[in-house]
Amino acid sequence: MSEEKKQAAIEAMNLSYSYHDNDVFKDLSFTVPKGDFFIIIGPNGSGKTTLMKVLSGIEKPEKGNLHILGKAIKRYSRRSLAQTVAMAPQMTTVDFPFTVREIVLMGRSPYKGLLGFDDQTDIQIAQQAMAFTEVEHLAERKLGQLSGGEQQRVLIARAICQEPQIILLDEPTAALDLAHQVRVMDLMEQLQKEKGVTVIMVSHDINLACMYAQSLLLIKNGQIVSIGPPDQVLNYETLEHAYGCALLVDQSPLGNFPRITLVPKRFIKLSLVNSYLQNKCSGSEIR
Amino acid sequence: MILGLSTGSSGGDIGNGIKMVFSFFTDDSSQDEMMQTIIWQIRFPRVLLAALVGATLSLGGLVFQALLRNPLAEPYILGISGGSAIGAILGIIIGLARFPGVAGTAFVGSMGTLALVLVMASGQTVLKKDSLLLSGVMVNAFCSAVIMFLISLTQDSRIHNILFWLMGDLSLADMNQVMILAATVLPCFLLIYCLSNSMNLMLMGKEMARSMGVNIKAVTIILLVTTSFMISSTVSQSGLIGFVGLVMPHMLRLLLGPDHRVMVPACIVGGAGFMVTCDLLARTLPEQGEIPIGVITAIIGAPLFIFLLKRSKS
Repeated sequence: MSEEKKQAAIEAMNLSYSYHDNDVFKDLSFTVPKGDFFIIIGPNGSGKTTLMKVLSGIEKPEKGNLHILGKAIKRYSRRSLAQTVAMAPQMTTVDFPFTVREIVLMGRSPYKGLLGFDDQTDIQIAQQAMAFTEVEHLAERKLGQLSGGEQQRVLIARAICQEPQIILLDEPTAALDLAHQVRVMDLMEQLQKEKGVTVIMVSHDINLACMYAQSLLLIKNGQIVSIGPPDQVLNYETLEHAYGCALLVDQSPLGNFPRITLVPKRFIKLSLVNSYLQNKCSGSEIR
Repeated sequence: MILGLSTGSSGGDIGNGIKMVFSFFTDDSSQDEMMQTIIWQIRFPRVLLAALVGATLSLGGLVFQALLRNPLAEPYILGISGGSAIGAILGIIIGLARFPGVAGTAFVGSMGTLALVLVMASGQTVLKKDSLLLSGVMVNAFCSAVIMFLISLTQDSRIHNILFWLMGDLSLADMNQVMILAATVLPCFLLIYCLSNSMNLMLMGKEMARSMGVNIKAVTIILLVTTSFMISSTVSQSGLIGFVGLVMPHMLRLLLGPDHRVMVPACIVGGAGFMVTCDLLARTLPEQGEIPIGVITAIIGAPLFIFLLKRSKS
């Protein structure tokens, strides 16, 4: 039992990846505990998306080892890897008029035979996945006719249909309005809590991330700046160091979560309040 | 198909022809001997050839549309057919035999243009819709120039043959060739059908397909080589017939949806039926002689292409 609990969903050891001789990331080592809600944050170009591709097996790391559920990724067949890890990419456009049901059913492919016809179980699992992300009523519509939030939920349903133990999402809330952002995040939390799926996500929205994540990984220029629970990672120094802009960090009214406020140029002096609060400068500097 | 068998310039009236065809199955030998010969020695291989060619070309179109994630892709428009035509004409000029020789040079030609189109259209790894079509147009223009060059070098009587063949010509069908062609393309059909679910997943994008366990590289290479192979085999038999690969997948997709597990067999059957019908028109429309079949398919296909291009822009 305790053995089972200690097992890591993902264990990355000295992962390196470069593109055209530029290191995207180098010597990354970290562990994602099984059943965790794990969010990767960091500035643009820090290698987040590439890291996701490596974790999902889409790209191979140049150096280092990657273990998934205690087994080296190289020892997985394509099929068994697809049964273990699913990925919902950033929004894709599909020029072909597939219906929502057809797309969700594609998630069953790693379980299907040569010709890939769906059996009763496949159809049932797809139905459940659609019900879970609340897109059942859209089943016969074409993907292209749906709104951004609906499309995202369809793509997530497709990933759930793979019945993975680990699900990877690349900025699932990026193109969504507020209501849909919360809805998608709630869904992922429900998936993690109720079904024990390990959720790994790239996000730009730190405020949203820290309210859902159990662990945060902050990377910059392909290197780990900080990793740990949100209240440890999200402090004024590390954030300013990573993003290089003025920020205010205080506590969210919802509870013990850090809250980050961006500071426009004309308010820059105010941000010194942070330094003041942390006894780094005197009150006179602020004025 | 039966209509195709029973009609023709020397066929008398259609009703009689249909009676003829059925009489074969019912062992009724009271019918006219000469008609029997015409139907079974001349028309039957031709109809079979048309069916095979139609099935191959429309399936080829379907595969290219899936691989390039572009609903406007088609062997003829991409210049693949043009490339195999260059190969085939070279073969004819050198004086190779129709089957292994000309088909072989046609295959080399088609692989060459395929590589050219892919290289031109790929910036990094992405095949953009418009640049792909433009590359195809240019490759096509280049191919026609080379073809005209080759023709102007040729002095003898084969020129007329080549010219007619360029617009698509099914009139040279004989049973042997048809059987050889069937033996080449039918395994290709089967192979492609086995990959139809992978084609579905690849339409969702390479990364998503890979995350669902598709071996993209292997599937792409198998599909490209198989398709080029079967298309060059048909081009060497039937000449350049355009737009079939565009018309059929589009019409069928409207009717049946985009699922390749349904579309692959549908394109084989639909393409065959379409081509037999076009061939029928080519044989029966003019008072004397016949129109090259490529003329018929282009008259139907080119306006459709323009319509689709316009619709996809808006």
